[in-house]
Amino acid sequence: MIWVSQLINGVLLGGYYALLACGLSFMFGVMRIINLAHGDLAILSACLVFVIADATGLSPFVALVAVLPVMALIGFGLQRFMLERSLRAGMLVPLLTTFGLAIVVENGLFEYFGADSRSLAPYIGDFAFDSWALGDNIYIGSLALLIFAVAVVLLGGLKLFLSHTSLGRAIRATAEDPDTAELVGINARHVYAVAAAIAVASAGLAGVFLAMRETFMPYSGPTQLIFAFEAVVIGGIGSLSGTLVGGIVLGVAQTFGAQINPQGFLIAGHVVFLVVLAGRLAVGAVQARGGLLRVFPRRPISPP
Amino acid sequence: MSLLAVEQLDARHGLLQAVRGVSLTVQAGETLALVGANGAGKTTLLRAIAGAHRPVAGRILFDGADVTAVPAYARLRTGIALVPEGRRLFTGMTVKENLLVAGAYGNRGAWTLDTVLDAFPLLQRRLNARAGNLSGGEQQATAIGRALMTNPRLLLLDEVSLGLAPIAVEAVYRSLEALKKGGATIVLVEQDIGRALGVATRVACMLEGRIILSGDARDLSREQVTEAYFGLKRAQRAAS
Repeated sequence: MIWVSQLINGVLLGGYYALLACGLSFMFGVMRIINLAHGDLAILSACLVFVIADATGLSPFVALVAVLPVMALIGFGLQRFMLERSLRAGMLVPLLTTFGLAIVVENGLFEYFGADSRSLAPYIGDFAFDSWALGDNIYIGSLALLIFAVAVVLLGGLKLFLSHTSLGRAIRATAEDPDTAELVGINARHVYAVAAAIAVASAGLAGVFLAMRETFMPYSGPTQLIFAFEAVVIGGIGSLSGTLVGGIVLGVAQTFGAQINPQGFLIAGHVVFLVVLAGRLAVGAVQARGGLLRVFPRRPISPP
Repeated sequence: MSLLAVEQLDARHGLLQAVRGVSLTVQAGETLALVGANGAGKTTLLRAIAGAHRPVAGRILFDGADVTAVPAYARLRTGIALVPEGRRLFTGMTVKENLLVAGAYGNRGAWTLDTVLDAFPLLQRRLNARAGNLSGGEQQATAIGRALMTNPRLLLLDEVSLGLAPIAVEAVYRSLEALKKGGATIVLVEQDIGRALGVATRVACMLEGRIILSGDARDLSREQVTEAYFGLKRAQRAAS
């Protein structure tokens, strides 16, 4: 029974990872930029919501509504004034740029907030630990369920947006071939900036949920970045439904790992990630050599 | 006044100067064929007119307005559409999506999804197929349809017959004839001199970045164009 409970918890935790990974995957899919500041931007958003909730006594959910447009604006500006310029210098420069941005954000937050751990849990009252009992020993946390539902709605909504709206189609066209997109009237610079706005806003959403679930501090970003990376790689880069699956696999692996051994939480997640990565590399290498039969022929090609 | 005027245009690829001081005009309703060997600068000239390649000198006037500095996406809205060499469809998207994405950002006009499908009936049943899975002829039809969706006043076609089966080339040129009858203004790049002379009202022949021969398609003989195409006269002059 405990395993069923842990499976459910793992799936719900996976919703959080999918939410976190969504923007990372999206940004890479559209602009081929790996945003190393993704986790730190999530923490920045959590800090902004914390400041508003602390100063005004507003519910973090209300503060979130105010902060998300700010995060979108940050994403838009980031693309327009920083990443766009660095993209012109090749693939590697945006990576270094976002690495630098990550350091700036982390230390900026440290300067202002210090090293204290904070949480938004006290600001949302009972909702932080409410749960429903399903039979014996199976409990579903209401916050975890909410996060999972938001992740499914966000990823599903994004998928529908990309295939059924003209802006969505413009994003896909630009992702595939920005030069040709310009030839059919799409302003690729603008589309990139909109995509960055969506990605950073979704990171902000995930950051606030993190802050509601557990504690955070200015240096929490890189850990979240690693989880997001693992979810993206497990699910397949650039695929939104894959990101949801990747998040769930990671979440289930971590909760199962924790069930086996209290220290197993992180290790199990990393191991699954590495196994999937090694598997993908092996499949890729076999395909590059012309299929399994060529690599391991049934009969020797030339008799000894 | 001519619809398109190119004045003393220079365009480079790094150190290589692909277009050297080209001037040409296109009247509304006219079909101009650009012919010339590979590397003569035809594609670069076409891309410069569409705004996809920034020229280093010269001017491009469209309908009397200087559009030289207008970026490609905005130039499309003034009414210039390019069907690029190699078709360059969005291969991960369906035929319908390829057409719709262009329609959403171009001008409104007579060309809609329905009228494009009437003009290219072979696309009707392939509407929900991925553009990457189409045959060459279907891809070319989609690429032309995609440009038409933006309701251009000037249509630039770069090597529409490249890599197509002869029967598909026939189909593409039949649809071009229909466009011409509808009063479209077309500049096309074509390697096949016979076909260029057949479809165009005027022909310009490029060699090493310059236009070395141009005139009415009816007045030019195949031999004259062939001579210019290979730069034979110049080679003879150099030899003597």
